[in-house]
Amino acid sequence: MNNPQLDTDGRLRHLLSIEGLPKKILNQILDTAESFVGVAEREVKKVPLLRGKTVCNLFFENSTRTRTTFEIAAKRLSADVISLNVGTSSQSKGETILDTVDNLIAMHADMFVVRHSQSGAAHFIAKHVPDHIHVINAGDGRHSHPTQGLLDLFTIRKYKPDLHNLRVAIVGDVLHSRVARSEIHALTTLGVPEVRVIAPKTLLPAQVEKLGVHVFHDMKAGLKDVDVVMMLRLQNERMNGAMLPSAQEYFKTYGLTQEKLSLAKPDAIVLHPGPMNRGVEIDSSVADGAQSVILPQVTYGIAIRMAVMAILAGGQGSNQASSQGSGS
Amino acid sequence: MMNKPETNIPNAEELLTILAEKLQPLLRENTALVGIHSGGVWLMQKLLVLLAPTIAEKGIEHGILDVSFYRDDYAQRGLKSENRPSQIPFEVDNKHIILIDDVFYTGRTTRAAMNELFDYGRPASITLAALVNRGGRELPIAPQIVAAEIPLDSSQNLQLVQNPDNTLSLELINTSQT
Repeated sequence: MNNPQLDTDGRLRHLLSIEGLPKKILNQILDTAESFVGVAEREVKKVPLLRGKTVCNLFFENSTRTRTTFEIAAKRLSADVISLNVGTSSQSKGETILDTVDNLIAMHADMFVVRHSQSGAAHFIAKHVPDHIHVINAGDGRHSHPTQGLLDLFTIRKYKPDLHNLRVAIVGDVLHSRVARSEIHALTTLGVPEVRVIAPKTLLPAQVEKLGVHVFHDMKAGLKDVDVVMMLRLQNERMNGAMLPSAQEYFKTYGLTQEKLSLAKPDAIVLHPGPMNRGVEIDSSVADGAQSVILPQVTYGIAIRMAVMAILAGGQGSNQASSQGSGS
Repeated sequence: MMNKPETNIPNAEELLTILAEKLQPLLRENTALVGIHSGGVWLMQKLLVLLAPTIAEKGIEHGILDVSFYRDDYAQRGLKSENRPSQIPFEVDNKHIILIDDVFYTGRTTRAAMNELFDYGRPASITLAALVNRGGRELPIAPQIVAAEIPLDSSQNLQLVQNPDNTLSLELINTSQT
């Protein structure tokens, strides 16, 4: 087994994608995040776990929201944080990705949070860095965005703790989404019995059924009796191609309105990764409604990112050294 | 139960009664009990029952600390997978806090617990109560209240265990080097 995300003892070394993470690690991240939720409610919203460590946000592609949440998470762990918009600095002068990384390692960076428009960029950096340096994928092209997937899972678990009894519907642009596939994988791994996808044929990957989901093209049928509705962001740039008729047309068929939501269970929750296109994939009355957990998702996103960083940075010594000095 | 070691290990439930007696006079208004996860929390829950009248009379609040995020060996050992959220559901400022731990050893857990408490506020005072002081402290920290002093060798490990019938017992494990 050669999983670049795990070390030889099976502990998390990099977070690159949800695929390939054993159930044990998924639960470890979710459970640890639980402890970090409370930290934000204290007088001092910080714990000293990453004191003296340097976390480097390497953003080859702009994403203010993701960068900000990683920055806050690292700061709440007491790390020093540097955020680089590489697209606008050295890269434009011709420096390669690995040159940029090597320079930051020479400055004693301990962890890289990588965002790139190309799939596999974070893997590429993870393969390159020395053992004591950790890499977190903060989104690579269409491929993966594991902390988003994890925070969605965390939010679902928070509101619907009994995962073994859930019906989850993922609605919208599954084809271009970097979280939908990971999410399906993770939900199944954690024991959710029924995952549905609801989308027009043009926005579904080929052979999506092979992921173990039930496919619906009609919102009314697909939303019936679900516990969780996960809306995906419709990327405006997809509107122009032949894939979709128009934003209005899309909203009519696949936009989440109160009326369509009423087909789901009365206590169903609505998630959206943000930023939202109000009036395209989701109606404002739903986004701001009682069943929406979209803002809690943002809050939990910090806790999840803290948990991932804390797990990665801890335990550099050997496992065996643990029996000594463990006492009170 | 298995091979009885030469050290005589007292009954944890009996020690708990002693601890409760010693704690009683410290319970004033404006005092709060804080159990350190996990053994300290078990003890605190039992103390809440044993001392219920006083606790109700003085309006004594309680909370839980999991000091994982404040431990000094985090860089070596990482996070234990079973860490629990700390819960301090009261105002720490100006409170007299009684920290409750099971076995006092190096003092490092207490150091971590004190650091964590100060991130909630500025307590008026902190008192440490432990069921057993096993000796071997590595910091200038010691419990003010203990039910028993049981000096142990560094190759021995004394643990509080919660039994299926909800009673507590102390277990001595010899981690003799091979």
